[in-house]
Amino acid sequence: MSDTPRSDAAVAGDAALSPPPIVRIRNLSKHYVRGDQAVPVLTDITLDIPEGDFLALMGPSGSGKSTLLNLIAGIDKPSGGELTVGGLNIAQLSEAELADWRAANIGFIFQFYNLMPVLTAFENVELPLMLTDLSRSDRRERVELALSLVGLADRMKHYPNELSGGQQQRVAIARAIITDPTLIVADEPTGDLDKKSAADVLALLQQLNREMGKTIIMVTHDPGAVRAARHVTHLEKGELLGTEVVSGE
Amino acid sequence: MIAKLIVKNIFRARLRSLLTLIGLVIAVLAFGLLRTVVDAWYAGSDMASANRLITRNAISLTFTLPTYYRERVRAIDGVTQVSLSSWFGGIYQDPKNFFPQFAVTLPTHFNLYPEFLMPPEQMDAMLKDRTGCLIGRTLADNYGWKIGDKIPLQGTIYPGTWEFTVRGIFDGKDDGTVTRQMYFHWDYLNERVKQGFPRAADRVGVFVVGIREGDRAAELSAAIDAEFKNSLAETLTETEKAFQLSFVAQTETIVAAIRLVSFVVIIIILAVVANTMAMTVRERVAEYATLKALGFAPGFVVALIFGESLTLTLLGGALGMVLSFPVIATFKSFVGSIFPVFRLSEATLWWQFGAVVVVGLLAAVLPAIRSARIRIVDGLRHVA
Ligand SMILES: Nc1ncnc2c1ncn2[C@@H]1O[C@H](COP(=O)(O)OP(=O)(O)O)[C@@H](O)[C@H]1O
Ligand SMILES: [Mg+2]
Repeated sequence: MSDTPRSDAAVAGDAALSPPPIVRIRNLSKHYVRGDQAVPVLTDITLDIPEGDFLALMGPSGSGKSTLLNLIAGIDKPSGGELTVGGLNIAQLSEAELADWRAANIGFIFQFYNLMPVLTAFENVELPLMLTDLSRSDRRERVELALSLVGLADRMKHYPNELSGGQQQRVAIARAIITDPTLIVADEPTGDLDKKSAADVLALLQQLNREMGKTIIMVTHDPGAVRAARHVTHLEKGELLGTEVVSGE
Repeated sequence: MIAKLIVKNIFRARLRSLLTLIGLVIAVLAFGLLRTVVDAWYAGSDMASANRLITRNAISLTFTLPTYYRERVRAIDGVTQVSLSSWFGGIYQDPKNFFPQFAVTLPTHFNLYPEFLMPPEQMDAMLKDRTGCLIGRTLADNYGWKIGDKIPLQGTIYPGTWEFTVRGIFDGKDDGTVTRQMYFHWDYLNERVKQGFPRAADRVGVFVVGIREGDRAAELSAAIDAEFKNSLAETLTETEKAFQLSFVAQTETIVAAIRLVSFVVIIIILAVVANTMAMTVRERVAEYATLKALGFAPGFVVALIFGESLTLTLLGGALGMVLSFPVIATFKSFVGSIFPVFRLSEATLWWQFGAVVVVGLLAAVLPAIRSARIRIVDGLRHVA
């Protein structure tokens, strides 16, 4: 963690000088309706995420981290405010448009990997490419590349239940990057892993960010995981407390 | 890969799929069997030719007609030939050895029934033997009778012991033709009646009337009945099919019940498959949500569910249909004496196929709607 956190203003100042942020959030709110009562989950969120960032989203359980991530990833719809990703106001897209947009722009990493148990590692990674018009051989080439990048070239024919948790999460990471998305979202990617596997996964995410310039947003409540990120922002009871630079930056 | 997703998903819950599959196989088998029973019931009337009319006493079948009517029927324009036919009702050794015997005009009767195939020299031999008889292949096989064998019958309607010599064995044109009956000379019957009960002589059960054009059946039936209007014995003429169906009609409620049960079987299996699909889809909520998050349309998930349901039912259906052949063949060996024609028809196979397709589709409807409606974030939260 940072010993000398920079102020919000400093981060905002950086953003003002650099190209437009990849994620731009203004006064975003989200509430769920339960019965005839509106339960607020996020209130007045304003946040910019620059391209190439690796942002950790921290906060206690139930603070709305997943909800915010889901909004950014376009699998949930905001109740109010502005939300643009890559310059596109995704709140205005229809369900079908959103689905296509996600297929092209978002890579998902989940806490429980969410691989298809009946498909091999290779097929799981190939899955998002079924929505593209890539040829079979192009798909094969890309899948093999992605799997060797995550260090699982020798496990392509394995089924998820034949892989360790860490290996499954690496397959999921390969699946998340296979379409070369604009944004990678990870919801507690190390939440189900032992220390060693968690470290591997974080190192991999860091490598994707540092070496390949991938923008990553990661929800976590593991302070250790935050070290892999460039910035960390804290969420509590649906409100952002501020963004800090992670030490070593 | 989509096909793999569907097929491999079916066998995820192995026991459940297996039980559902067994249920499907049994249901398809039972359905096929019940429909075959219904078919068998109507088999006699299905093979009935539209070119044959049956003329009987208008009062009831138990009343006879005078044989001299034959010439007057034959004289009607459009009628080609007329055979006499009387039910004999003899017993071979024991009443449980039931098979039908008819006294008919030969060779006319066999000209009227071209579906009975027999070498001409056997008919020649028959015509030379007053006490000869012709038996169908099924009957011959049942009792191991060969040409030249003697068949003693105990008369019931016509008292006394009657012994016939097998002069010919006829085959059916196809397996829809009934060949478990026996024919002998009507003249021989009449001769012996004349000796014992002169007053009962020269009377016949029915006339089998051949007509040139099948589509004139109604008109010719009316013409025949008009011919004997106001005579001592009025006639009732109908197509052979209608005549056969009037026997079936007496048992129509049983047939209706069997038919109903066959559909109930399908409804039950629909409930079973629908339940299996509902359970399956509930367990995969998170997977379907993941697919949708990755950008697959709700329609893709719907297609997976329908695909899985249909693959399951078609698999069970195919097994059931294949097994229907041996099962029905086995059944035939038990019920062969009740149902002369007992076979799996092409129509029944189509019904079985149609039933599993409909079950496969209907069973998937609700789970598919549910999966399409569920929001991605709720689906992802779902832990199976
Ligand atoms: N579909 C929903 N319906 C009602 N309430 C929800 C729904 N999804 C999330 N919530 C509520 O929103 C709050 C934030 O949830 P979430 O974003 O998952 O928190 P976190 O990821 O920080 O643990 C929680 O109180 C949760 O109960
Ligand atoms: Mg969460």
